[in-house]
Amino acid sequence: MKTFTKAALAVAAFGVVAGNAQAGTLQDVMAKGHVQCGISTGVPGFAFTDDAGNWQGFDPAVCQAVAAAIFGDASAVKYTTTTGKTRFTALASGEVDMLARNTTWTFSRDTDLQFEFTGVNYYDGQGFMVSKDLGVSSAKDLDGASVCIQTGTTTELNLADFFRSNGMSYEAVPIETNDEARTNYTAGRCDIYTTDASGLAATRSTLDDPSAHVIMPEIISKEPLGPLVRHGDHQWGDVVRWVLNALITAEELGVTQANVDEMAAGTNNPEINRMLGAEGDLGAMTGLPKDFGHQAIKAVGNYGEIFERFIGPSTPIGLERGLNALWTQGGILYSPPFR
Amino acid sequence: MTDATVLTKPSDAFSLTKLWYDKKYRSIILQMIAMALLFGAIFYLAGNAVSNLEKLGKTFGFDFLWAPAGYDINQRLIEYDSRSSHFRAGLVGLLNTILIAVCGIILSTIIGFALGVMRLSPNWLVNRLSYCYIEFVRNVPVLVHILLIHGVIVTTLPRTKDALNFGDNFFLSNRGFFTPKPLAEPLFYVVTATFVAGILFAWYYRRGARIKQEKTGQQSPVFWVTLGAIIGAPIVAFIVTGMPLNWEIPELKGFNFKGGLALKPEFISLWLALSLYTAAFIGEIVRSGIEAVSHGQTEAASALGLPRGRTLNLVVIPQALRVIIPPLNSNYMNITKNSSLAIAIGYMDVVATIGGISLNQTGREMECMIIVLGIYLALSLMISSVMNWYNNRIKLVER
Amino acid sequence: MSEQQYAPGTHPDLKPPIGQSGLLFWFRKNLFSSPFNTLLTLTTLYVLYLVIPAATNWAFFDAVFVADSREHCRELGQGACWAFIDNRIEQFTYGFYPVDERWRVVLCFALFVLAMLPILWDKTPARRQMLWFSLAFPFIGYWLLVGGYGLEPVETTRFGGFMLTMVIGITGIACSMPIGIALALGRQSDMPIIRWLSTCFIEFIRGVPLITLLFVASTMLNYFLPPGTTFDLILRVLIMVTLFSSAYIAEVVRGGLQAIPKGQGEAADALGLNYGKSMRFIILPQALKISIPGIVNTFIGLFKDTTLVVIIGLLDPLGIGRASLSDIKWAGLAAEVYIFVAFFFFICCFGMSRYSIYLENKLHTGHKR
Repeated sequence: MKTFTKAALAVAAFGVVAGNAQAGTLQDVMAKGHVQCGISTGVPGFAFTDDAGNWQGFDPAVCQAVAAAIFGDASAVKYTTTTGKTRFTALASGEVDMLARNTTWTFSRDTDLQFEFTGVNYYDGQGFMVSKDLGVSSAKDLDGASVCIQTGTTTELNLADFFRSNGMSYEAVPIETNDEARTNYTAGRCDIYTTDASGLAATRSTLDDPSAHVIMPEIISKEPLGPLVRHGDHQWGDVVRWVLNALITAEELGVTQANVDEMAAGTNNPEINRMLGAEGDLGAMTGLPKDFGHQAIKAVGNYGEIFERFIGPSTPIGLERGLNALWTQGGILYSPPFR
Repeated sequence: MTDATVLTKPSDAFSLTKLWYDKKYRSIILQMIAMALLFGAIFYLAGNAVSNLEKLGKTFGFDFLWAPAGYDINQRLIEYDSRSSHFRAGLVGLLNTILIAVCGIILSTIIGFALGVMRLSPNWLVNRLSYCYIEFVRNVPVLVHILLIHGVIVTTLPRTKDALNFGDNFFLSNRGFFTPKPLAEPLFYVVTATFVAGILFAWYYRRGARIKQEKTGQQSPVFWVTLGAIIGAPIVAFIVTGMPLNWEIPELKGFNFKGGLALKPEFISLWLALSLYTAAFIGEIVRSGIEAVSHGQTEAASALGLPRGRTLNLVVIPQALRVIIPPLNSNYMNITKNSSLAIAIGYMDVVATIGGISLNQTGREMECMIIVLGIYLALSLMISSVMNWYNNRIKLVER
Repeated sequence: MSEQQYAPGTHPDLKPPIGQSGLLFWFRKNLFSSPFNTLLTLTTLYVLYLVIPAATNWAFFDAVFVADSREHCRELGQGACWAFIDNRIEQFTYGFYPVDERWRVVLCFALFVLAMLPILWDKTPARRQMLWFSLAFPFIGYWLLVGGYGLEPVETTRFGGFMLTMVIGITGIACSMPIGIALALGRQSDMPIIRWLSTCFIEFIRGVPLITLLFVASTMLNYFLPPGTTFDLILRVLIMVTLFSSAYIAEVVRGGLQAIPKGQGEAADALGLNYGKSMRFIILPQALKISIPGIVNTFIGLFKDTTLVVIIGLLDPLGIGRASLSDIKWAGLAAEVYIFVAFFFFICCFGMSRYSIYLENKLHTGHKR
């Protein structure tokens, strides 16, 4: 005990990194010159390392956009990998500035765990994937099946509720990572793999014969996934929220990575002008540079482009836009106006 | 002259320097400093914890244990469903931990002794092979073993539909090993009671036989009486009461086997991985234990005319055990502690339930971790006190 | 009496009797000495026949060493896809350490070898001077890896792969040595409170699994720091690993202390040496010398245990493997990752255990009773 406390005291006394979480995350971020972003340890399409060892994917793109908005440099992001268990502690303790890690927005996480979800970047829902040759057409036929689930998420609670309310039994096979789930599923350890529908599509794409597996029509839960920050720092929350909104608005208004430079010079549409900083100074209201929208879109593209690049129909993951299409195109993606 | 008198007669008077130079005072002062540091640190850390919890708006308490857990556990020794409390989930996990620890200890001891004997085998091939096995296995992290064996079991065993069928009663697939499950009828308690009585009787008889042998030198048929009391008597009781036991045979229905007892692949792979890993260490311990018994002992025994079996039983093994037991103890503790790696492959032990999913769903990091640490401490203390008791019994009594 | 006479020492070596030497004799003696032994040999040979060709085919003859993706691998051969490991070997080695700064890791490792040389090998030239360098190495190593003072700073979240394994293992053992020795002395001390505290600490740490301590580090430790402070996850892990191994080192050193005859301490007291001096000059040199093999074994255990950090989300080789397997190009090659990692650990740990045996043999002189 003695040595433990001594060591703890010594460390506390040396104050290794005495970051003050209270006094404005944006100021802290600007002072240290990068955004510290919590991501997952690997979900195909959403977060993975490329051959060069850089983190890529739908979730890191949000971090890159925030970094670009603040510094004009999308590479000013540093990543901390978190597991389902460590993610909230990492954010609460100030180890990371924001969490972009397919995290579901729920009441208790918002209130009890004291986080602020800054919007939704992917509307998801829990689904089931089964092999076609099982001949199952509805999730109601799954009585007695073995189900692979990722632990540490809301999915296992949804699953228990679903089977219970339908009076069915099942065997839960808890799995730590997506890759193990894939191994177990292909080997036939479980009949069904359940997780967010996006994750199912991602996993299905990595199977030897994706067409031999179907994702069932039933979606048993609402899983709005989005970036989150700590409660109480509204300025920083606004920054992350409006960078995300800028990406969505950009798609709505036809601003793309390719034409953003041209549009930033000024267009006939006042909202584009306001968002890209050609007119007024929206950025200053939240402590950002005037051209924050311009920089963010230039770095990662608009929402549609990010989607297309990492998880869209042309990638092996092949997710349809579905709910995540713009409200003008039959989806529910909707950004408040830049005004 | 004066110097000498000063040296031989140190003054009893108290002086400040004595606080440091006198051994007695110094030790008191050092201990006081240690206590002050300890309490200071505890107050400091506890104060921090309190203010941090306050800031986050959290409370400290174990009430959450009684709330419904909401998740399911596939392997359970007691009744449990998703409406049961977190406490019960933790209990299921604890029982799973104990199960894997006990099974692991038994299997690793058997394999380990076999390996140790093989290491000493005069057969060159067997000898070398066990050497290679021991060296390879114990130099690779146990986590890698667990992941690898789990992968092998899940991917190479047949699917449920093509399960290996052993006489229509036992089935092996990558969903687990299914065996018939005994269902006791009410009368079965007679058999259980006979069994317990048999153990008590055997223990009492052995003691009596030992005392008799020490007094008179006469030997009693201890082995046969023990066997009869513990195994024979219950069998007789079982037949007399009309075999009050039914078997529930596993049957393939729908997606899975229904009924019967199932050993899940997560359990099997963790069990195998822990046992094979620890067996490599135990093998080395056994080898060095046997080698530590000097050759003269065996020779003296055969000079006395003891047959080979008795030499082993009465001379070699008791002496080897003295060397073997203490390190064996720490290996048993290692199995128990390493079973916490179950979390990597989804075996629901105490770390995966109360320290994993419950922690995650309730956000009670501190309470959950305190419970988990406490449980492991208790388990370790239990194992080491049992082994210490055994060690004291067999250790050399010096006269 | 035709027997030939030889002067002592000039008798020519005669061949052993026929059937008592040569390959056949060796076979008979070592493999087929009894029916049981013959059976054992044949069974073993059959098992080897089943295992070895399949394993070598998978690992070498049917394996693919150059490919762009898993599909490509499968087209080229049915065995292991080592191309995956080959493509990611830099990540497996350095984690996400910036490419331009990787020379620092290599240099640091080279300096580490240089620093260990005088400690491990007593015939090093200029050993005394070299030992000073060994003492200074931790600071140099820290500076090289983390940066600052003229070097580009690299934050620890970019550490990963085998480099992370090395950093955790080596720091853990180096820092736990002094703490472990202090604890061992504390446990042997005459002062009841100190003894009690040390015993409690050692037994507590030895009673719980490392993974729970790592969970404490990753989820709970922040509560005990002043509000608003936070420090690096790797640092927290290092603290826990250090505390963990110090308890084990303490037990090893205590074993060494107990093996020293009581007379040594009493003789030191009789000479009028105080506690510090008698420990420094008489007891510890002897006790540490006999506990070195135990310390090396503790280190091997710790080194293997560093893989557990993957469970709290640090990217050691297993973690890098997981993150890489999320790349759709390579998904599904878990076996290759595990075997590669197993091979790496086997080489390191086997080397260390050989060293420990070498030491044991060397130190055995003069202490065998």
